Amino acid sequence: MIRRSCEVLSLRQTGAYWSVTLVAPEIAEEARPGQFVEIAVPRGREFLLRRPFSIHQASRRGGWAGTIEIVLDVVGPGTRWVSELTSHDMVDVIGPLGRPFQLPRGAVPSLLIGGGYGAAPLHFLAEELRRRGKPVNMIVGARDHERVFKPVEGKRLSDLIVVTTEDASMGERGRVTDVLADVLERTRSRVVYACGPNAMLRAVAEHCRTVKVPCQVAVEELMACGLGVCWTCAVPLVARDGKGWWNVRACVEGPVFNGSRIWWERWLGGARPSPAEDEPEAAEPPIAKEILRR
Amino acid sequence: MTDVASRVPASLAVDLGGLRLPTPVLAASGCFNAGREMSQLVDLKRIGGIVTKSVTLHPRKGLTVPRMAETPAGMLNAIGLQNAGVDQFLSHEAAWIEQAGVPVLVSIAGTSVEEYSRVTVMVRDIPGVVGIEANISCPNVDRRGEVFACFPDQAAEVVGAMSRLTRLPVFAKLTADVTNIVEVAEACIRAGAHGLSLINTVLGMAIDTETFRPRLGAVTGGLSGPAIRPIAVRCVYQVASALPGVPIMGVGGVASAEDAIQLMLAGASAVQVGTANFYQPDATVVIADGIAEFLGRKGLSRPADLVGKGGVRGVDAQSADRRG
Repeated sequence: MIRRSCEVLSLRQTGAYWSVTLVAPEIAEEARPGQFVEIAVPRGREFLLRRPFSIHQASRRGGWAGTIEIVLDVVGPGTRWVSELTSHDMVDVIGPLGRPFQLPRGAVPSLLIGGGYGAAPLHFLAEELRRRGKPVNMIVGARDHERVFKPVEGKRLSDLIVVTTEDASMGERGRVTDVLADVLERTRSRVVYACGPNAMLRAVAEHCRTVKVPCQVAVEELMACGLGVCWTCAVPLVARDGKGWWNVRACVEGPVFNGSRIWWERWLGGARPSPAEDEPEAAEPPIAKEILRR
Repeated sequence: MTDVASRVPASLAVDLGGLRLPTPVLAASGCFNAGREMSQLVDLKRIGGIVTKSVTLHPRKGLTVPRMAETPAGMLNAIGLQNAGVDQFLSHEAAWIEQAGVPVLVSIAGTSVEEYSRVTVMVRDIPGVVGIEANISCPNVDRRGEVFACFPDQAAEVVGAMSRLTRLPVFAKLTADVTNIVEVAEACIRAGAHGLSLINTVLGMAIDTETFRPRLGAVTGGLSGPAIRPIAVRCVYQVASALPGVPIMGVGGVASAEDAIQLMLAGASAVQVGTANFYQPDATVVIADGIAEFLGRKGLSRPADLVGKGGVRGVDAQSADRRG
């Protein structure tokens, strides 16, 4: 991770979202798809904490020209402040943070599933996959066409793209999970990558588990620091042998996780497995490495 | 033109009743782990010290999310002392602490006198550990009765047991959520505590008005950040006035050199920076530099010259308290 004062190169609206390009050569050089940056809100405001943003693009042109692009939805005072930046403003950025998506071995087809602006980091992933000759397919969904993230760009990046909107204003009516089984079968995709609302990730992961397709999800959980020291962004992961679980940090051990290892019921609510599995304290100290092996 | 450099004190070193630290600005417990992650963003050798995230005898998985809610000038947290337990602390952190080149105080939490005692014995010989902080005031525990710092006799029992088990200085970390913090502080010092860390987070709560639900999974949590700083300054002032000579580390909303200086003027010999690390990872170093600059500007030679100099002459702390 690197901390730099970065110049805002440009800021533009893309549908319902904002896209910000920052001059950040060192961060761009290191960045991998699925990773994120933390941007500091200026001093003297009521709100103090940095805001995390996943990396939509990293342009590694070397020298001063390397840039990263982030995408955001204005949801609160922090994101509103970012959306009001202008060219040549300087912002305090830490990144790249977290563990990236793991690329598949061999030229197997992948299916990338993005909900809302969750599709943003998947574009970065799609470019990396294509550069290595691995076929890319996409499902991009949102509430309405304004919130479907860059569908034209998505089409350019993928062999097959299916768009869903809940109000049928673009593509098929419904949610990404309504077309998931069909698209997965049609494209014979051997690995699934997903980013979007946690409930969507859960549905995608549960389907992939049923059909035995490996699935990596980039999650979102409230973070105070993004650096691994505050322990607020806890995600419960089940041990590989299914015995025991541990809360890991979305910022360091994530944000990309094997979808079948997340204990979704405990994290997002719903029916819990037997109380025996739900012991509040572990009998054995968890070994982080074991919990994390994918 | 005046030569500023010549007026900057040669050393920021402080002495807390025999515990010598290179600067008066430490990283607070629960905001820095043991320094490994932050070492990528801040030069640890320029920090006064690190108070580790609290270690417990057994692993603790912590509380359910959401564990954090941002509030004006601060944040609520409800982590629930998640940590992998003292065995893993010894196997994973001890070697790191030894080579980190920074004084480390191990923060210990627990649910019984026995747990605090056993962990004390297990960490007291780690090379590089210069002290222990007894976290007897974390609000995020199952029962209010586990907040030992709410009860002077229980606080004294825990801190006394720990102090008898080690030659390391033991600092009792207290909560402001009591009627009379001086009473608790006196009990801890009488029981053998070397010093005090004042204060822990303040118990708080926030509710989402859209969903009608608490914003924290655990409903209540600890408030930190600049929002609680005046409470910390008040507590340090009251305790320092009642217990002159007792080493105090001021903790609570320190985000700038001025904040740190306030706590020192109130009677703290050193300060700990917590929440500010989250958004400014080098806050401890920037604040120490600011204190050096301030001392130079005021013509003072060392941080100790500030300690306890901010009181109101002729008005003692207890009556200041009653003036409301």
